[in-house]
Amino acid sequence: MDRLLKLLKTNARLTDAELAVMLGKTEKEIAEEIAELERKGIIKGYSTVIDEDVIAKDYVTAIIELKVTPKAQVGYDGIARHIAQYPEVESIYLVSGGYDLSVTLRCRTLKEVSDYVAQRLATIDGVVSTTTHFFLQKYKESGIMLISEDEDERIMQ
Amino acid sequence: MDYNKIISKKACSIKPSGIRKYFDLASKLGNVISLGVGEPDFHTPWVIRREAIKTLERGRTVYTANPGLIGLRKAISDYVFKRTGVEYDPEGGIIVTVGGSEAIDLTVRTLVEAGDEVIIPEPSFVCYRPIVELAGGVPVIIETKEEDGFKLKAEALREKITERTKLVILPYPNNPTGAVMSKSNLEPIAELLRGTDIMVLTDEIYSELTYGEKHFSIISLPDMAERTVYVNGFSKAYAMTGWRLGYMCGPKEILRHALKIHQFGIMSSPTVSQYAAIEALKSCDEDVANMVAEYDMRRRFLVSEFNRIGLKCFMPEGAFYVFPCIKSTGLSSDEFCEKLLYSKRVAVVPGTAFGDSGEGFVRVSYAYSRQHLKTAVEKIEEFLKELENAD
Repeated sequence: MDRLLKLLKTNARLTDAELAVMLGKTEKEIAEEIAELERKGIIKGYSTVIDEDVIAKDYVTAIIELKVTPKAQVGYDGIARHIAQYPEVESIYLVSGGYDLSVTLRCRTLKEVSDYVAQRLATIDGVVSTTTHFFLQKYKESGIMLISEDEDERIMQ
Repeated sequence: MDYNKIISKKACSIKPSGIRKYFDLASKLGNVISLGVGEPDFHTPWVIRREAIKTLERGRTVYTANPGLIGLRKAISDYVFKRTGVEYDPEGGIIVTVGGSEAIDLTVRTLVEAGDEVIIPEPSFVCYRPIVELAGGVPVIIETKEEDGFKLKAEALREKITERTKLVILPYPNNPTGAVMSKSNLEPIAELLRGTDIMVLTDEIYSELTYGEKHFSIISLPDMAERTVYVNGFSKAYAMTGWRLGYMCGPKEILRHALKIHQFGIMSSPTVSQYAAIEALKSCDEDVANMVAEYDMRRRFLVSEFNRIGLKCFMPEGAFYVFPCIKSTGLSSDEFCEKLLYSKRVAVVPGTAFGDSGEGFVRVSYAYSRQHLKTAVEKIEEFLKELENAD
C-alpha cells in the first residue's frame, strides 16, 4: 500500500498540510492525490475507530459462520448482497475453508443476535447452516491497539 | 578500605556518559515524555524472534566459534559485498562481536599504542573518546560545524594529522547530528589517507537508516578497504539492540590480533542472537524498508515542527535523530535540557554530551510514535513561549 494510504488508514484526520510535511510533498499534491484516490474508489470513506467498551456496555458483537449453497447465475454474491443490506451487519466476507460467508453482526442484546440469526439468516434460501461466535474482548481493530501497550522500558543511551 | 587508592587512574579518569545524568534525573521525576533514547521503538521483526525461539527449543545454547558462526559470517560477507562491493573472507576477515561497541573497542585496542593519536570528529557517539583513552591513546577532536552539515572536511582532517596519528574514526551516519558522508564527501578524505599508514575505523551502525541517497561506505573507494576496519551491527537496522550483536570486517592481519582480545575477553557473541541474525540478513529487507519509511515521515514531521516553533533545525539525512539549534533561547544546551525537563517533563539530550562542539544544540530522537512526538513538540512549544514571556 502506498505511504499516503497507510497514513490515512491509521489516522484519517491528518490534515493535507501534515501529510505533505511527512511525505515531502506539497499540500496541493496531497489534495490532488486524495481526490484521485476517492474518484477511483480506492478510498471508500473515512471512519473512526471507537473503543465502544469505554462508552457503552449494552451491545453485542458476533461472527456468524454461514455455509451456503451458491445459487445459479449469481453464485455467492446474491446471498451476500442480500445479507449486506441489513443495518446490523458490520461486515461480510466470502472466505475459504470450512464455511463460506463470515458475517459480523452488531446488536444490542444476545437475544437480538439469536433472533436475527434464527429469523433472518437461517431462513434465507441456500443457507445450509450457521455457527455463531460472540466476541468477548477486543484487543486490536483496524490496525489500532485497543488495549494499553507495554510500558516503554528503553533507557537513554 | 580506601577504594579511591586502589581504583586504576585510567578507570577513575573516565567520565560517565553525559546522557546518563538526564536519564537519572528523568527517572527520578517520573511521568517524563522522553525523546532521549538511542534505540528503535519497533519490536525486532517476528521472523527473527521466531528463529531465536527455535534455536532455544533445539537446545543450541553452547559457545560458537570465537569469530562467530560460520553461517553468519558468510551471510555478513554477502551483505557487505552487496552494499559496498568489497568482499571479506568469512575465514579471517570478519569477527562477530557483542554489538558494534565491542568492535570499536577491539579495533582501538588492537591498533592503538600509548601516545598514539586517534582523530575523532565531534559531535559523535559517546564511546570513542573513553575507549581511546583506556587504550592509552590520545583523542584528537575535530569539531564539525553546522554550516558544513556536521560533515568531516578534508581540510580539517589534514590540519590534525601528525606523525603520531594512528587512526581516524568516521562515525557516519552520525549520532547525534544525523549527518551522512556521501561519496563526494569521502573522496578527498580517502585521497588524504592513501599512501599513509593511518587506519580508518568506519562506524556504519546506522548505514541502513538513510533517507536521501543510499549510504556509501569509504571501503568502496579504491585502496581504502586495506586501511579500514568496517564496523556494523544489527541493533539499529533490525531493531535488535538488546540482542547485542555487531561485527567488524577488515584486513586479516589486523583481525587476527583483534580476535585474541575478543577470545579472551568475550569468548564468543551470544549464540541465540547469532542464529537469529542469520534470519535477519536472509529475510528482513522489507521490514527494514518499512521501518525506514516510518522514520522518514517522523524526521520530516519533526524538522518542520522545530522550525515552526522557532528552533532552527536542518534536515538530517541519516540515523534517527534531529539536532535542532537552541541558541535563539539564550540558554546553554545543559540549561535548556534541565529547564525543559523540570518545567515540562520532556527529556532531550544536550548536544554537549557528544562533544563541546554540540553546544547550542540538543539531540532529539524520533524513535517514538508520531503521536508521542506530537505531544512532546506541543510541550516544547509551550516551554519556548513561557521562556519568551519571562524575558
